[in-house]
Amino acid sequence: MKDEMKTPVHMGVGGEAIPVGVLSALPTGTKTFGTYRNHSLFLASGGPLPSFFAELYGRLPGPGKGKAGSMHLASPDHGLMATSAVVGTTIPLALGAAFAEAYRGGDGVVAVFFGDGAVEEGVFWESLNFAALRRLRVLFVCEDNGLAIHTPIKDRQGYRSLTEAVAAFHCFVDSGDGADAVDVRDRTAAMAAAMRRDGGPGFLHLPYLRALEHVGPNEDWKAGYRPRPSDADLERWDPVRRLESHLKVEGHSQAELDAVRAEVAAAVDKAAAAALAAPFAGPEELWTDVGA
Amino acid sequence: MSAAVEFREALARAQAREMEADPSVFLFGLDVPDHKSIFGSTKGLLEKFGPGRVFGTPLSEDAMTGMAIGAAISGLRPIHVHIRVDFALLAMNQLVNMASNLRYMSGGRLKVPLTVRAVIGRGWGQSAQHSKSLQALFAHIPGLKVVMPASPQDGYSLLRAAIQDDNPVIFLEHRWLYDVAGPVDETVSVPLGKALVRREGKDVSVIATSWMVVEAMKAAEILQQRGVSLEVVDVRSIQPLDEGTVLASVRKTGRAVVADYDWAFCGLSGELAARIHKGCWGALKAPVERIGFAHVPCPTTRPLENRFYPSAVEIIRAAEDLLGLSPTELSGEEFYSWEHKFKGPF
Repeated sequence: MKDEMKTPVHMGVGGEAIPVGVLSALPTGTKTFGTYRNHSLFLASGGPLPSFFAELYGRLPGPGKGKAGSMHLASPDHGLMATSAVVGTTIPLALGAAFAEAYRGGDGVVAVFFGDGAVEEGVFWESLNFAALRRLRVLFVCEDNGLAIHTPIKDRQGYRSLTEAVAAFHCFVDSGDGADAVDVRDRTAAMAAAMRRDGGPGFLHLPYLRALEHVGPNEDWKAGYRPRPSDADLERWDPVRRLESHLKVEGHSQAELDAVRAEVAAAVDKAAAAALAAPFAGPEELWTDVGA
Repeated sequence: MSAAVEFREALARAQAREMEADPSVFLFGLDVPDHKSIFGSTKGLLEKFGPGRVFGTPLSEDAMTGMAIGAAISGLRPIHVHIRVDFALLAMNQLVNMASNLRYMSGGRLKVPLTVRAVIGRGWGQSAQHSKSLQALFAHIPGLKVVMPASPQDGYSLLRAAIQDDNPVIFLEHRWLYDVAGPVDETVSVPLGKALVRREGKDVSVIATSWMVVEAMKAAEILQQRGVSLEVVDVRSIQPLDEGTVLASVRKTGRAVVADYDWAFCGLSGELAARIHKGCWGALKAPVERIGFAHVPCPTTRPLENRFYPSAVEIIRAAEDLLGLSPTELSGEEFYSWEHKFKGPF
């Protein structure tokens, strides 16, 4: 390992279907908010691959000029307004974006992505309450991997059912398969339509499998805090394979899918190489953009 | 120039003016629209602008602050009111981790035009959780601006400047100032980051914030009777800080008392003392004196509360020390208190 990405990187492997599915059902440019595990969200929002790698490598062409890094990756130009490394902190920002939408008389939906740990933060419930009270169109998307770093839900949550607790508020609630982009897309489309029609927030609960360690590029099945899933389970929770199964059912050939994989791999290599060749911010950048 | 306007009314006028000028400005916070209207400072605004732009909130300081930030980065200009600054501590995560950072972390793509009004200071037995100022806490964070007006004119002009500013601005209002009346010229603009020499003098500079400006003016009045001339500098804006006006005053007088309405330890008074020592080294005739709250939680009971807060008396004594003068007889003087409030103007 060359250690060239000098920022904590929280890999989204296993969770890709959630932002892909949600954003497939919402208009391009929809305002979104996310977490430090944001790579899939950034790319699904339309954030360019070269910008993505530039930010991760700390280079000037990154959307945050390298000052944001992996944990705060965002691209307001594409609707991804902010992500945050402090759990739960972008949830009320989505509330504000939805408030602004309603203030201007719009019926657009704002989506915020957060993990199962974020629902233990008071601000989640405060935000849900206010969105329900004011009928704000916030789509709360819970990306549930069952872990807060290494601590399982059974050691953290005192309610019988998250969705039942949420359903006590005046909002739409649904659960789906967080590994299945098509399922996520369809549930999002139905919920967003209801939200646009009736107003008010929605809550989508989407379990998925975090395939890698909390932070960093490695598997950590041997660490002891969770068992290694069976091969069948690993396949069942692999969003790329699941999407490929859908595409095959729709008549796409393995060769076509292989071609897409090769195309993506080439684009990734090219963007990463371009980022590594890009300049770092100059010293004057330390002091720019502190204030407007 | 109009007739004397109370500070509370000056704030209400400033907000009305900005809300008329810019439909993206809205005003919210617990108790903002109720019959008491935040000490009268939001009076009439609900009636004028309606519940879509003037509204109360649940008791959710954290989410409401995040809501304001999200609205601000979406093109609105929120004014969020905390009826006690102590309650804003529940919003510190959003202010310190989000509002202050978003522009920097977005490479300048986002701006956060947010005004947070918070009521500070002294009432009558307000005790430890209704009495803080916290300007040092806020000003310590890069990306936050901090303003402390001390007159109706500054309340009006600085609040307008705060609302117009494209950055998060913490606007700290001392409770005893709401009753102060003075002239307000609605055409006067005061930019953030400019201190004001409220009274010219030649012997000692008193660098004061918020209510301590009132106390400093009282001290200057009393000492004038024995021929001692205090210059009173109203800092007005903590961040950005107008170091130039402060240093120019101290270079002239050669002596400085920093009277900050806050605890002194790790506070603005230390920051100013350090800058004065460095910037006025050759001109200083004595080390800088600092005056602040007793370094204890604010007590409730009146005799202790009166010892907690510094007043004109401490400023007078500090000036006397710097000048090597004997203590002035103060037994005939009446100082400001809950019963004897300053009504202004200066």
